Amino acid sequence: MSAFARTRSVAGAVAWRGIHNAFTNPAFLLPSMLFPLFFFVAFAGGLSGLQNAPDFDYPAGYTSFQFGFVCIQAAAFGGVFTGFAIAADFEFGFARRLMLAAPNRGGIVIGYMLSAMARAAVVIAVVFAAGMASGMQLDGSAGDLLGLLALALAVSAVSTLLAAGIAMRLRSMQAAPVMQMPVFILLFLAPVYVPLNLIAGWVHDVARLNPFTAFLEASRGFVAGEPDKIAISVACLAGLFAVTALWARSGLRSAERAG
Amino acid sequence: MTGERAIEVTGLVREFKGGIRAVDGIDLHVAAGEIYGFLGPNGAGKSTTVKVLTTLLPPTSGQARVAGFDVAKEGAKVRASIGVALQDVALDPMLTGREHMRLQAGLQGIPRAERAERGNELLERVGLSDAGDRKSSTYSGGMKRRLDLALALLHGPRILFLDEPTTGLDVQSRTALWDEVARLAREEGTTVFLTTQYLEEADVLADRVGIIDNGKIVAEGTPAALKAQVSRPTVEVIPRDAADWAATSEALRPFGEQVGERQAGSIAVRLRSGAEQLADIVRALDVANVNVAHLALHEPTLDDVFLAKTGRSLEGAAAAEAAPDEGAAPDRAAA
Amino acid sequence: MTALASANLPSQVGLLAGRAITHIVRAPAQVVFPIVFPLVLLAVNTSGLDAATKVPGFPTASYLDFALAVPFMQGALFAALNGGQDLARDIEGGFIDRLALTPMSGAALLAGQLGGALFMGVVGAVIYLLVGLILGVGIAAGVAGALVLLLLAISISFAFACFGMFIALRLGDGQAVQGFFPLFFVLLFLSSAFYPRDLIEQDWFRTIATYNPVSYLVEGIRSLVITGWDAGALLPAFGIAAAATVLFLTLSSRALRTRLTRT
Repeated sequence: MSAFARTRSVAGAVAWRGIHNAFTNPAFLLPSMLFPLFFFVAFAGGLSGLQNAPDFDYPAGYTSFQFGFVCIQAAAFGGVFTGFAIAADFEFGFARRLMLAAPNRGGIVIGYMLSAMARAAVVIAVVFAAGMASGMQLDGSAGDLLGLLALALAVSAVSTLLAAGIAMRLRSMQAAPVMQMPVFILLFLAPVYVPLNLIAGWVHDVARLNPFTAFLEASRGFVAGEPDKIAISVACLAGLFAVTALWARSGLRSAERAG
Repeated sequence: MTGERAIEVTGLVREFKGGIRAVDGIDLHVAAGEIYGFLGPNGAGKSTTVKVLTTLLPPTSGQARVAGFDVAKEGAKVRASIGVALQDVALDPMLTGREHMRLQAGLQGIPRAERAERGNELLERVGLSDAGDRKSSTYSGGMKRRLDLALALLHGPRILFLDEPTTGLDVQSRTALWDEVARLAREEGTTVFLTTQYLEEADVLADRVGIIDNGKIVAEGTPAALKAQVSRPTVEVIPRDAADWAATSEALRPFGEQVGERQAGSIAVRLRSGAEQLADIVRALDVANVNVAHLALHEPTLDDVFLAKTGRSLEGAAAAEAAPDEGAAPDRAAA
Repeated sequence: MTALASANLPSQVGLLAGRAITHIVRAPAQVVFPIVFPLVLLAVNTSGLDAATKVPGFPTASYLDFALAVPFMQGALFAALNGGQDLARDIEGGFIDRLALTPMSGAALLAGQLGGALFMGVVGAVIYLLVGLILGVGIAAGVAGALVLLLLAISISFAFACFGMFIALRLGDGQAVQGFFPLFFVLLFLSSAFYPRDLIEQDWFRTIATYNPVSYLVEGIRSLVITGWDAGALLPAFGIAAAATVLFLTLSSRALRTRLTRT
């Protein structure tokens, strides 16, 4: 088998396990499903009055505005939850089994990443169904929606690589808050409740520099049928991917060294 | 304490949900100042018995009196008279040894002025004085059990319950604990009710042993009496010169009947009396001018007792429980 | 013997409360996070939701004034779950058996644990109030109002702590206790914590918020900050806190009997 084929089979096996575990074990499935759904309901339901604020320009309505957020949130947190699974694998010794069995360890990380992306896709589909059922206004075309999905999957991949790097270094469930906090903070120092122009104070300054702002705006652009901030999102994602891939790889090396 | 009996149990039954009888009608008694060993494999009902006797579980039926008080009706009085060290050494990882002692002393109602002194005295006794100001999470397994013992003894109980006190301990810690338990009984007259799955422990420490299996007591008595019930010691002699075989056999004849050869060229005789005949045996061999290469006395063990009573080996059961992967003993143990 | 035990009740409570507080103080990471996180969230939301104040009918000019009530709720929740996990750990690890073998009364155990949770709740409440004052929030009900605010926050802490005790005794498992955190998170969001009840547009959401007791707790605290003395907001808040306390304290005593088994 060529190196590529080996990597592919390892990634496939790990991905299959991740997906299987995620969808057959309620303890894994529920948080990744309920968390985004909950935010969707709470924000779109409770804060919809915000669209009456002056200068709130979003053509597709507040529910769609929040749908754009929730897609990115589901993707980002899906990566974190996959990180939890990796940390648990290390803590309970399963990771050692994987590392012994797999000739190409990079494939293991790719496998985790793929399972996170698959999970994100399913969660987004569920949230989408919920949104449509509640009468969400969808102005994007099929192409726009595919773009949205691609964006979310890319965010998921990056988030998984970040979490994986942390999980492989700390190798225990104590890593959970360390994985969760950065993503949570990045996500919330962005235009979550209102568009960027309506955010005041220091958060506005931080949000302008936060790549997640671009992702949220791109996501909302797709939903509204007015694609926006795509170039910058792609550029940020490419950069983040490179950085987090290196981070994950060095995390893998650290885990290998620890045996 | 009424009479001489520290612990008196009659027809004790403890049933759990689903009709499982962990303790299925046991009778036992322990005299004051005695060390009673409760021996049995895992799941035999030892810990459940201890929990009932220490008032942590109510009996389903039957009677039990500890320190003269009924465990079901006079629980508080029983608790005031006993010290308990349970199987799971439940300590607070964030408190130091000394803080544990202070908490226990306070809850036991020891006057504030005496608390520190009592605590330090007991820590000293179990050898934890130096480690007293470290958090219990830093203690080794042996140290944790010692702290457990100190806590149990803090209010000066006359009766001490120890539930598998040396499980998981290294040899040194185990021996140290045995010494302390023996000393407590000998010097302070403390009654000790000890459960264990190690027959050596029961053999060495206990004045009397009760063997429990599947919730019932299958044998009870002093270790020596129990072993004698099952079998008498065998002496095995190998003469240096094979030609002396017949002479050896003749010399040993008065002492008991010959049993099958253990090793080639050896003679084994089951003694009519017991080990005290050994001196006479040596003299007899000497008179017969036999040069002895090897002489050994084989005593029956409590495992032999268990096997005789239950058809299963206690050691085999314990070993099988401890190391299932290593396939230690042949699978005679049904438990 | 029993007479002696109850005579010692205050000292038993003291010992056990001291232990509960020792647990809190010796695990600073567990304390820092629950106190700091609500403040971080407050800071983020104050900027992020500033636009809310521009919506016609919004009661305050600054979102900070509006949302200051929220950290008190989160702090109370964290303190309660922390206390619950502490007790669950005692049950799981068997320490409760050790306590059961002493003359300690069950009530002392409950009171001691509550003491610990209350300690954390009080510390948190004082910190949030001070932070609010430093950031320029004016308490509409004045100095007396600030004291009543602390009293209300502490009452809410106490009610939540009783709940924490109850689930710890009922479930006996630290992880299960932690599982309640998301539930409260949800309850907090599906309330008027972040947005005025009368301005919520979606009917179904407004209905949920109206039936959610958390809304009234938050509104009670908030009223002291932004309105002044408003019996219509304070009475429901104190009432719910009191009712929850009585309910969960009763349930806890009952659950304690199954955990602290002894004859």
